[in-house]
This record gives sequence, C-alpha cells and structure tokens, in this order.
Amino acid sequence: MPFHINKDEILETVRMVQMENLDIRTITMGINIQDCRSEDGQGTGRKIYDKVLRYASNLVPVGDEIAKEYGIPIINKRISVTPVAMVADGLDQEDMLVIGRYLDRAAAEVGVNFIGGFSALVHKGFTKGDLALLHAIPQTLAETERVCSAVNVATTKAGINMDAVYYMGQIIKKTAELTADRDGLGCAKLVVFCNAAEDNPFMAGAFHGPGEPECTLNIGVSGPGVVLNAVRRHPDLDLGELANVIKKTAFKVTRTGELVGRVASQRLQVPFGIVDLSLAPTPAIGDSVADILEAMGLERVGAHGSTAALALLNDAVKKGGAMASSYVGGLSGAFIPVSEDAGMIDAVEAGALTIEKLEAMTCVCSVGLDMIAIPGDTSADIISAIIADEAAIGMINRKTTAVRIIPAPGKSEGDWVEFGGLLGRAPVMKVNTFSPAKFIARKGRIPAPIHALNN
Amino acid sequence: MEEGKRVIITVLGLDRVGIIAAIANILAEANVNILDISQTILQEFFTMVMVVDTSHSRVELGTLRDMLTEKGKELGLQVTVQHEDIFNFMHRI
Repeated sequence: MPFHINKDEILETVRMVQMENLDIRTITMGINIQDCRSEDGQGTGRKIYDKVLRYASNLVPVGDEIAKEYGIPIINKRISVTPVAMVADGLDQEDMLVIGRYLDRAAAEVGVNFIGGFSALVHKGFTKGDLALLHAIPQTLAETERVCSAVNVATTKAGINMDAVYYMGQIIKKTAELTADRDGLGCAKLVVFCNAAEDNPFMAGAFHGPGEPECTLNIGVSGPGVVLNAVRRHPDLDLGELANVIKKTAFKVTRTGELVGRVASQRLQVPFGIVDLSLAPTPAIGDSVADILEAMGLERVGAHGSTAALALLNDAVKKGGAMASSYVGGLSGAFIPVSEDAGMIDAVEAGALTIEKLEAMTCVCSVGLDMIAIPGDTSADIISAIIADEAAIGMINRKTTAVRIIPAPGKSEGDWVEFGGLLGRAPVMKVNTFSPAKFIARKGRIPAPIHALNN
Repeated sequence: MEEGKRVIITVLGLDRVGIIAAIANILAEANVNILDISQTILQEFFTMVMVVDTSHSRVELGTLRDMLTEKGKELGLQVTVQHEDIFNFMHRI
C-alpha cells in the first residue's frame, strides 16, 4: 500500500500531540465479576482479586507499548468491574469493606490508578446488598486509594429514588469527614448518577454494567487543547462554520481513540467496546473546556451565552466523533469539571461562574456538577437537593447527569482545596443556603416522566 | 515490503549542520531503510519528515524511538517516531 499522507497532515498530527495535549485519556478494561461470589467478603474479595489479575495484568504494559509505537500518550489505564452491590448481595457492610480492600490491592498490583465499580444501581429501590454497600462507601473511600464508587439514583424509565438521594447527601458528608485530613478527597472518588452509562470508561463513574460482556475495552479520548487551537485559528467564522471546524477536529481526535482501541483490543484479545467521545479537560494550561468557550467569544465562562456555546461545542464534538468511530458510547460529551479545568477555576475566582450557571450548563453537555468544592458546613439535605436537581435534569432530558461534589471539611467560600494530580485544585464555591430540608425529608420516589411511557 | 512496518519520523528544531546525517546514521546502524525524505527550512526552522521501513530493523521500535529522541535532545531537536497507521487513521476515511 503506497503511503499517501502529505507532509502538512503529518505535521498537523505531530502538532496535536506535542503542543496541544492530544492524548488518549484512558483505556478502561471492564471485567465481569458476577462469577466471583463466595460465601463471605473474604472469599468473594479473593476471587475478584484473582480474576482482575488474570484479565488485566497485561493492560498497563500493552498500553505503554502502544503509546510508544504510535507516539500518542495514553494517560491512564483503568479497570471497571460489575457493581459490587450486585455481586455481593446478601453480604453485610463489613464484607463490603473487605471487598473494597481487595479491589484496591488488585488495582495496585496491576498498576492502574483507579478501579471503578464499588457501585450500586438503586434508581428504583434498594436490595439488601445495595444498602450494605452504600453504608460501606465512606469508610472504603477513606481507607483505599484507588477504589471509585458510583451510585445510580435515577433513570428516565424509573424516576428518581428520593430515599437514595436522601442517603447520598449523608454519605457524601460522611465521606468528606472521614477524609478531612485530605480536604475531603474521598468525595472526589464518589459519583451520584442519573441514567448512568454502563460502558463509561471515565473515572470516578466507571463500572461494568450488567448488560456488558465478560470483558471489554472502552476508550476515552481527550483533546480540549486541539479543539481550542482550532477555534482560536478561526476568530472570524460565524457559528455555523465554527461548528464545522470543531466537527472536523473532533473527527481526527476520535480517530486516534478508535485506532488505539482496535490495536489494544487485538493485542489483549479482549473485545473492543466503545470510544467515549468526551472532551475531558485536565488542569494543564491549554487543556481546558472553559478556554474553548472563551475562545468562542465569551469574556469568561459563566457569562450569559455559556450554555449556548457549550451546546454548540458538545453537539459538534459528537457529530465529528460519531463518524470517526465504529462504536460510540459512554458519556460522550464535553465535561465541565471545576477542579480539573484551569479555565473553570479562573472563572470561579473571577466571580463569573456559579453553581447555578454550572447546573444550567449540565443541561446541554455531559456530565453534571463535577468536582465542585462547597463549604464544609453545607448540610446533608442541601447536598441531597443538589443531587435531586441534577437527577431531575437527567431524567427529563433523557441524558446522563451526575454530581461529584466535595463539602470540604473546615473550609468556607473562597478557601481552596488541593487534591493534586489530575483531580486538581478548586476554590470553595458559594451554595444557596435556603433550606430544602422538608422537601428532601419526604423521601419516596419521584415518578418516571410521561415521556418514559413510550412503548 | 511487509505491511504495517512503516514508521514516520519527524524532526523539528533550529537548523544546524549534520541533522540528517545524525538521524540517518542511527537508522543505518539499525538496518532501517529510508523510503522517503522531505525537508524544508523556514526562517532558521528545520522541519524534516521521513518515511522509513523497519521490517528488517535490528532493534525494537520502542528502542529505535528512544535512540532517536536521545539524539534529538543532544542536537536540541524534537524528534517524533510514530507508526504510519496513526496518520492513515486520522487523515483518511
């Protein structure tokens, strides 16, 4: 086959990787652990540990090898497993803790930085296993380093489980308290979802859904920096033309994910699941979704117009990406975390970006209120109410929404929390303190919306 | 030529004497064949793109990459080594 790529195209690719932070954000191996059940936590944990090692011990070396060969950095190698509440149903809270420790050890052993799946799907109600797992979350996240937890409290089909929403407010508070010495770091590993995606490769929300195969590889691409530079190169285009530029760029970014996915799946002999088309920012300068919105013409993200700009961006990324990949899935949309995005942090500091505006922006992108630090004295019912609002947005709009919020112990508005690495740092944001306590204390279920009745 | 053994080497940096010689030497020692080479200088800035065949290479691609980037560092150049598929995938449907 003759080589027919011209020099400009080659240099474009090199520029994207070298100067614009194009990378594969994560290769996440999803592993079914439903066959790992034993009579107690010890036995079940041991089986899970053995299975993860059996399936995933080559994940990191193969990822590194591909990164070298293709010259594309692969930032994270991760693992997701079947929600532990399902596998360990019938066991108690202590057993769940034991299993959490085994997950942590397995992740350390194979060299991945996070393992997701200390999870429960409770959108319509709790099993005994779900409750045991929920109660074990704070201690597990405090004691372990790599375990991530996601709890699905609502779906468009089932409505919102307000009992779960009520408990999650308390669990988030407790998790923050148990990790108070680290600014409430435990909460950065805990996501509350509506319409959780079963094949999401991104942490902390990844788990291997019950509809997934035995083992699969899901790829999360990145590339806010590449899109940012493409937008900056076209300061005078109208928005329709700009959407087209973003689409073409997203196509190229996603193709690298598709290639890495195919090669990795072949080398690991694991079926290729999906490419997640998300724009995932990092704290690195220039690798920011906020910067893209500002390059589109907003003085600061959070200004009026931010929601429209984000809607355009999110849709253009999907349109470009959908053509580039044979299987698209996961969350697939722009992420707007605060602590992981330098531009978002600046906007909060400048007073341009508030929680209310972020909530509005989550209506048009994935995923939700993400990595937001709030005052440590925020009550559990306010946190529950924040979750309820996000879940309502997801339920009504048939999309995934999530809350990953950190009530930073001892901190108040304007203080800073530091998590380090990809989790970044964040200013503590103001929260509306009028009380939703009575509403939240009603509990029960918010019924599924009328458009769920589409059969 | 064996499929899937073609690699693209790009070299970027300030122009100086001996860049191509230095890179070509490493390739020759590793028994890597140069298929195509194109080079421009724009305002002191040197850009080279090389297509090479590694099917008879004496070293692993990862090692070759390390050797070339090491040499690049010595000469103050940025050297990238990437399998051709990344370009085919990104720029062609």
